[in-house]
Amino acid sequence: MKPYAWLAAAMLAAATAVQAQEPIRIGSFLSVTGPAAFLGDPEQKTLELYVEKLNAGGGVLGRKLQLTVYDSAGDAEKARAFTKRLIEQDKVDLMVGGSTTGETMAVVPLIEQAGMPFISLAGAVVIVDPVKKWVFKTPHSDRQACERIFVDMKARGTTKIALITGPGGFDKSMRGQCMQVAKNYGIEIVADEAYGAGDTDMTAQLSKIKNTLGVQAVLNCGFGQGPAIVTKNYRQLAIGASLYQSHGVASKQFIKLAGDAAEGVRLPAAALLIAEALPDSDPQKKVVLGYKREYESRFKSDVSTFGGHAYDGLMIAVEALKKAGSTDKAKVRDAIESVRGLMGTAGVFNYSPTDHVGLDVSGFRMLEIRKGDWTLAK
Amino acid sequence: MSAQLVQFLLTGLTVGAIYALVALGFAIIFNASHVINFAQGEFVMIGGMAAAGCVEAGLPLPLAALVAVAGAMLVGLALEKLAVEPARGAPVVTLIIITIGASILLRGLATLVWDKKIHSVPAFSGEAPLKLGGATLLPQTLWVLGATVLTVALLWWFFNRTLTGKAILAVSHNRLAAQLMGISVRRVLLVSFGLSAALGALAGVLIAPISFTSWDVGVMLGLKGFAAAILGGMGSGPGAIIGGLALGLIEALGAGYLSSAYKDVFAFVIILAALIFLPDGLAGRRRSTERV
Repeated sequence: MKPYAWLAAAMLAAATAVQAQEPIRIGSFLSVTGPAAFLGDPEQKTLELYVEKLNAGGGVLGRKLQLTVYDSAGDAEKARAFTKRLIEQDKVDLMVGGSTTGETMAVVPLIEQAGMPFISLAGAVVIVDPVKKWVFKTPHSDRQACERIFVDMKARGTTKIALITGPGGFDKSMRGQCMQVAKNYGIEIVADEAYGAGDTDMTAQLSKIKNTLGVQAVLNCGFGQGPAIVTKNYRQLAIGASLYQSHGVASKQFIKLAGDAAEGVRLPAAALLIAEALPDSDPQKKVVLGYKREYESRFKSDVSTFGGHAYDGLMIAVEALKKAGSTDKAKVRDAIESVRGLMGTAGVFNYSPTDHVGLDVSGFRMLEIRKGDWTLAK
Repeated sequence: MSAQLVQFLLTGLTVGAIYALVALGFAIIFNASHVINFAQGEFVMIGGMAAAGCVEAGLPLPLAALVAVAGAMLVGLALEKLAVEPARGAPVVTLIIITIGASILLRGLATLVWDKKIHSVPAFSGEAPLKLGGATLLPQTLWVLGATVLTVALLWWFFNRTLTGKAILAVSHNRLAAQLMGISVRRVLLVSFGLSAALGALAGVLIAPISFTSWDVGVMLGLKGFAAAILGGMGSGPGAIIGGLALGLIEALGAGYLSSAYKDVFAFVIILAALIFLPDGLAGRRRSTERV
């Protein structure tokens, strides 16, 4: 009997020693593969890169960070299953993830029930409107994108526009938001077209827009290859109205795919895309340039705003953990809500009990594509 | 004829030609084996991705296209040899399930061999749009239509004038009788998989400059090609072409004149209607009764 007692005591001691050094567990599910892979892939790389860096610098609260990422492949059902696993089996302390709006909304009930601090990386406004106690997000919402675009249109004297919308949740949500806020800016939507998943040609829809009287600008709510095809078809049909894209296409890949056709396309995007071109006086320059250099030297590929969302999410989580001084979920949640003036790649984050996005429209810069690169639109 | 209508017709014909090529691939394998090869769309993907990969690696475009089609053909042959042939004698449903499995495997492999990004292939002869009766078309559209016509002519010659082609037709009419006449059914199957893969890859290479390509484009194009094959009559060559073009035109005109939000719905509703009222398709003979 005695040797067993010794063994048990030794194991207990070992267990307590481990307890002291227990890592802070950060859980994540991201669309690393699938139709939204261009979101999840840079997000995963960013999280891994910065968790590694933070750990090399001694971790947070003297504890190492342990990151668990599952690939939900853009599938809401998988996102739910992985979130369950993160909560029940992996027992994570907080979650940063959710590349798409559909996946994020699918896990919200689980998050709320479990009382898990969750920072989503998805775009649509439904995630935070109405405010959900445990759910925050880092990207600008689609409503803010619409507002930024309409401000620009109004400044250029545009009053009649056409919409062309893709099949995704982001696309449709943005269309809805744009239709809601358009009248606040005196903008009338005179044509409203759509295209489907896997569509290879949008000339039919665009011909219809071309033949609609009075269209001064066209706004494409979409991401992925759809907007690139729209842009190409748009130039093919030689439509005179100016073309606006959403922040969903804010990656170099879009310019590469659309080629010369992308010339003159305008879109709202985070400062990250034009990090080098920002004036030195811009308070955001240091953050975005730092992230950009870190990411590009490590992965040898262009930085995208989506990876930036993950960076912001992780930094907010770290800030909140430091503020809370523990991993107590309720304390961490309250700490996130009290984050103020945190400079991220998307802008300055000022969370409050009524605002779980924390960003204002000023974080969006209006860009125009010139000679195959982003420039600040005038 | 208004310029708008011309534009819709051109759009419909281009997309329809691609559907027709995919549908022909379905028809050839169906004829040889009564199997619906659900990996057909993946051949389209392999064609496009391989061409994009070769171009990015610095190969000239014609060579890249050739490598892509030949590569896809090898994949088709391997699929037959490694997955379908070992299961010969299994019920048709089992073989169909094998092709579904193969399509998932091929998609997965594509993300490893290439990546998960969207790629483009340069247009064969420039991107400056041509004007035609008030409508505009890309030079690539002419390539798509021309290559499709040429392919169809070659296929006709192959099936009607060569011994191998006639052997495939014979197997499709009566497998047992063909076998008794000394035709190697195994070889016929192999040839038809290779041929289908090459057709799919050709479609993939042709459409890539217009609509881009990525590891998952095969799903929707395969589905539309399948729908075109059903519409035209499964197993009928002319039916596949008619079905493909009809589907493309329905989509373009539906999106143009009715509602673009329901574009895919028109296509699939018409296929449902075809299955209910014309189960043998537009060009189908009453195959089911014939076989009895």
